[in-house]
Amino acid sequence: MKIDYSIEAPAIEGRLSLSQIEELIAKPLDSKPDKKFLLALSISGSALALGALCVLLTFYYGIGLWGNNQPVGWGFDIVNFVFWVGIGHAGTLISAILFLLRQKWRTGIARFAEAMTIFAVMTAGLFPALHTGRPWLDGYLLPYPNQHNLWVNFTSPLLWDVFAVSTYFTVSLVFWYVGLIPDFASLRDRTTSKIKKVIYSIFSLGWRHSHRNWQHYEKAYMLLAGFATPLVLSVHTIVSFDFAVSIMPGWHATIFPPYFVAGAIFSGFAMVVTVLIFVRKIFDLEHIITVNHLEKMNKVILATGMMVGYAYAMEFFIAWYSGNPIEQFVFINRAFGPYYWAYWIMVSCNVIFPQLFWIRKFRRNIPLMFVISIFVNIGMWFERFVITVTSLHRDFLPSSWGYYTPTLYDIGILIGSFGLFFTLVILFTKALPVVSISEIKAVADGAQPSHHGEGGH
Amino acid sequence: MEKKLFGVAAIFTTPDDIINAASSTVKKGYTKYDVYTPYPVHGMDNAMKLKPSKLGYLTLGFGLTGTFIALFFMWWMMAMDYPMIIGGKPFFALPAFIPVTFEVTVLLATLATVIGMLTFFFYFPNNSHPVHDTSFMKKVSSDKYGVCIECADPKFELEGVKEFLTSVGGIEIEEIYYAVKTEQRIFDPKFITFLIGVAIATSGGIYFALNKLMYMEPFTWMQTQQKLSAQAETKFFTDKFSMRPKIAGTVARGFIPYEYKGLALPPVEIVNPSVPDEKNLALGKKKYLTFCSPCHGNHGDGDSRLRGQFPNPPSLHSLKVREWNDGNLYHIIVNGQNVMPSYESQINVAERWAIVNYIRVLQKAKNASPEEIEIARKEGK
Repeated sequence: MKIDYSIEAPAIEGRLSLSQIEELIAKPLDSKPDKKFLLALSISGSALALGALCVLLTFYYGIGLWGNNQPVGWGFDIVNFVFWVGIGHAGTLISAILFLLRQKWRTGIARFAEAMTIFAVMTAGLFPALHTGRPWLDGYLLPYPNQHNLWVNFTSPLLWDVFAVSTYFTVSLVFWYVGLIPDFASLRDRTTSKIKKVIYSIFSLGWRHSHRNWQHYEKAYMLLAGFATPLVLSVHTIVSFDFAVSIMPGWHATIFPPYFVAGAIFSGFAMVVTVLIFVRKIFDLEHIITVNHLEKMNKVILATGMMVGYAYAMEFFIAWYSGNPIEQFVFINRAFGPYYWAYWIMVSCNVIFPQLFWIRKFRRNIPLMFVISIFVNIGMWFERFVITVTSLHRDFLPSSWGYYTPTLYDIGILIGSFGLFFTLVILFTKALPVVSISEIKAVADGAQPSHHGEGGH
Repeated sequence: MEKKLFGVAAIFTTPDDIINAASSTVKKGYTKYDVYTPYPVHGMDNAMKLKPSKLGYLTLGFGLTGTFIALFFMWWMMAMDYPMIIGGKPFFALPAFIPVTFEVTVLLATLATVIGMLTFFFYFPNNSHPVHDTSFMKKVSSDKYGVCIECADPKFELEGVKEFLTSVGGIEIEEIYYAVKTEQRIFDPKFITFLIGVAIATSGGIYFALNKLMYMEPFTWMQTQQKLSAQAETKFFTDKFSMRPKIAGTVARGFIPYEYKGLALPPVEIVNPSVPDEKNLALGKKKYLTFCSPCHGNHGDGDSRLRGQFPNPPSLHSLKVREWNDGNLYHIIVNGQNVMPSYESQINVAERWAIVNYIRVLQKAKNASPEEIEIARKEGK
């Protein structure tokens, strides 16, 4: 196999006409769900139902049902939160950062990745809310004038998190919706169903593909991409502050912000690859989501995986170099203590397996990349577990050491979070265009004029 | 319904054609026209001679507003309204305020960009624009390009425009009409009913959530804790009292046992050891109002809120009580008398004497001679 990387691969394979593109993308919305769809939905729905039951019991009896207790006060709830927020980051990276970098290949996957961002942040948001113990009182997290005369603590990273995650969710949703407006208009004009037409009309807001609108629209899209880029970096930075601003050995490290951001992109891309492998197959989108796209994502996985590996090594180096015996103990304990198994799962899944992507054949091999992306997802979940739990279970006072074991409720909620995420993803594939129709049309062959108007650029 | 002409539209099939058509339209001098493309076509801004979008100013303005709002409110909340030292940081801890400032800036800037663009730049939502639901719209929504010259243009002239569009390569020339609306749909009874329905559902839902739901289990579980509460029955102790008596043989601080406990009157005169200064009388007043006034009344007249529901408590201004020595009053506080229970366990020794002093003040105030009143007036107190 010879691939010339000096030539940019076309964003769409084959010479599809504009109406063929639209037909292809809109097909899942016009057809009735088939057996495969219902099967997938019932599996994810069952997982969601299990999670919902565990959440309901937690809601009723309180978080005493969970495994976390002194000294490990942060258990699965926080691990899952960080994991899911991280998953979301790939979407914004693809839709915003690659947009600013003028990467045309992003158009095929941006919509889907953005949707995954929104669903992942929704899933993530559940965990801190439940973690507070009395989720119905979570209104207190917001600064509002009240009779207690109290304000929230603006110097606390946990409060920064409230602002970061809610801003991130809002901005991602708005960004996604802005991208959907022209697509809603196209769907509105092609549908034959009256009900669908009303729904699409409402969401299209009356978009009419006018160039006087396109001009502002493109400007707005660029501005949003410009804001989403630092935002996505700030979100996982602030999530890492939840740990790094404390004085816990194993948490109190300045490497955390870049390390977390790289990890987030790493895990997010792995999740996007996992899901897209299925989507492109099931919905016949192989021409739009090509192997070239997947290969590029695998390169990102390889690069960020190396960054994460560097961070693991650097943490050990700094622990030794600092000369701080407590810091040194924490890291030796992490690799060889009671949680050694979690540490080595993390290292092998995140650092060792992705090295296979150095070889072109493996980067373009779909079954193999599926397996590696699953490994990366597992590894990144364990990374958060290692950071959260191993740092807490043996702190300064040997008399208060302990061993954290999750309960069935913890595991049920973890399964439920996957259920929620995949249920939303599956419903999305049938309810909205999984690829941006207008963006794909714009990068199709012959879609742009051969000369750039009078005066040109 | 009356129909009016909105404009004339033509379809073009390639991006080169539409760029050419747009620049010809500008050259011809038309100003009220628009170009419709299923995706943004590069070079169209130049062909249409459009000025750069001013949307960025809106973003900048609202972004900066977000920055200042966030910083101002954090300063006001943390440094002015409720200053509290947290982690040894200054009240206005700027580095710690940066994350929230950044998030609020981004939030406000993006929301303003999008909402501002949709409302002020596009006048959305607008599903009743004349070009909607035309075959022209269906085509430009999918894979064709179009130009529509509106009759609001000063140079508009039906045949001339049609001719012009054909000459630049336009096909499927279409006249676009719109219906003149007469009625105001906002006063439609259906719409009003819908609004009322939304209002009732919203306010009812919020009322239920805040006034009913929050008082149900498990939301109330913070109130029903497994702990002893004063005055309440408990299953923990065999006598079912939550409040526990003191352990036999112990002496609490300030509660030295009284040696004539149980006797009708003290056999010897007990001397009042306290000095009735201002502080002592303030203490006496406080304890009197707490423990004595529920029966004897705020001024010792025996006219309390319990009068009539209980054997009437005696006045403290009777000659008998006034002629008692301090030791006698003290003795009754400790021992009780008739229905009055002992206050030995609630009021400590110093407080008992302070109460006695305060009773003397009350008695003097009620029974002073005219000369004494005159002296008190002169002293101005």
